[in-house]
Amino acid sequence: MSTPLLDVAGLHVHFGQSHVLQGVSFEVPAGGVTALLGRNGAGKTTTLRAILGLVPRRGRVTLGGADISAEATHRIVRRGVGYVPEDREVFAELTVAENLRLAERDPRPRYELVHRLFPMLRERAGQRAGTLSGGQQQMVALARALINDNRILLVDEPTKGLAPKVVGEVVDLLQQAAGGATMLLVEQNLAVARRLARTAVVLDQGRIAFAGTIEALIEEPTLARRYLGVHA
Amino acid sequence: MSTPVLLFVTGLGLGALYFLLAAGLSLTYGLMRVLNFAHGVFLTIGAYTAWMIATHVGGSEWVRFGLALGGSLLVGAVAAAAVELSLIRPLYRRHVEQILITVGLALALTALTQGAFGADPRPYPSPGWMDRVTVLAGADIPNSRLAAIAAAALVLAALAGFLRFTRWGTIVRAGVENREMVSALGIDVQRAFTLVFALGGVAAALGGALAASYFGNIDPQRGGDVLIFAFIVVVIGGLGSITGSAVAAAVVGVMQQFANYYFGVWWGFSAAGDLAVVALLAIVLLVRPQGLAGTAPA
Repeated sequence: MSTPLLDVAGLHVHFGQSHVLQGVSFEVPAGGVTALLGRNGAGKTTTLRAILGLVPRRGRVTLGGADISAEATHRIVRRGVGYVPEDREVFAELTVAENLRLAERDPRPRYELVHRLFPMLRERAGQRAGTLSGGQQQMVALARALINDNRILLVDEPTKGLAPKVVGEVVDLLQQAAGGATMLLVEQNLAVARRLARTAVVLDQGRIAFAGTIEALIEEPTLARRYLGVHA
Repeated sequence: MSTPVLLFVTGLGLGALYFLLAAGLSLTYGLMRVLNFAHGVFLTIGAYTAWMIATHVGGSEWVRFGLALGGSLLVGAVAAAAVELSLIRPLYRRHVEQILITVGLALALTALTQGAFGADPRPYPSPGWMDRVTVLAGADIPNSRLAAIAAAALVLAALAGFLRFTRWGTIVRAGVENREMVSALGIDVQRAFTLVFALGGVAAALGGALAASYFGNIDPQRGGDVLIFAFIVVVIGGLGSITGSAVAAAVVGVMQQFANYYFGVWWGFSAAGDLAVVALLAIVLLVRPQGLAGTAPA
């Protein structure tokens, strides 16, 4: 395995009395997609939020060798992290164009790429993001992460709540967007993860239950059944 | 006919003062979820700064007025930014402590003002034009009311332009919706907080300087007195909405003037305006709890 771009070591998160992440450790290699899998409530979203410093956490997180454990969220993001949150979280009262402008960090934002992947965003630039459909809002959320040349994308359940037809569309776009980029992808849908990811990390009740290639996970049907609740 | 016109325009003038205080309150609560009970102090600071400059600086009355206005805006901005950086920032998300410290600050600074300048109102040397009247539809309207209305309209336009057309304005609007996501886009949302506080301080200090002309004097208690109505305006208008605050301020000011006058003339109950405003607040909270321009929680 190549040198990890993102290294998470001994990550702990508490919400009140609840110990949500219990010493989570894993690596995300540079290039390609790593899927972060697990049942509902396993701690997947919390792991992404802890990496970004959006929740109080203990443990060590390094990005490209730099320790980002104690940094504020905006500083972590400025190191080249793109974030696509669960439930999109577009700014509903802002237009599509304003949502994208807000995400600009690079001197030369990649509008050409974003508009090639999502032509709809150019057509609806002046429309309030809150009036878009779920699938269209997901495109805005993805575009916000892709508009900068990020080192890593943290993508949280991009297909959640979308109609089956739109899921396929979003997965196609993710596949194109991933290209050679590094992505940590939280996904409930094993079929989607299998299509996009090379490596997988499985969380179970705040602990790592599996880390390896996605093929190895699928070849172990008991793992998939036990930790993901699906038949691979 | 002249009495309703006079009441309407003076009501708008009073509403203008409420709006200048409410604008900052609405933005700070909308963006930062900070209920700043010390916000009225910025109005008091603005009034006393304007008074000090106007009474100690030479030149024509308009030069003194201009310097007083400029000085009060600057001091208002610095005071508000200092309060945000030193007292509010360490207490984000600790709402009870925020309320305690801002109430304490309001009491302490009001007492300090009384200690330094005395508890009694002091006459404010406005330019002569401010004390004269303009005849509108047969009503003699004091120019200080027209000046307050014009200033509030300018502040509303400037804030609307800032929020609509500048990057920082977009950050503030986005932050009102979801400040966590603003940070997750790599934006230092704390700087937006300081900026919003400073803008609120500027508007409040402007309100203080204009209130000095409106009432003809400065008073250590005025910030606190106006703050109560500014809070009501923010709730009626909808938290975080500047336009909502502007509409609510106009409605509250006009209603207060009409109720005070007519209840006073008919029944000798001259403080009915305050009661009418509280009744309006109760109705809005019952019928539309999110306020006129607020968004209902999902």
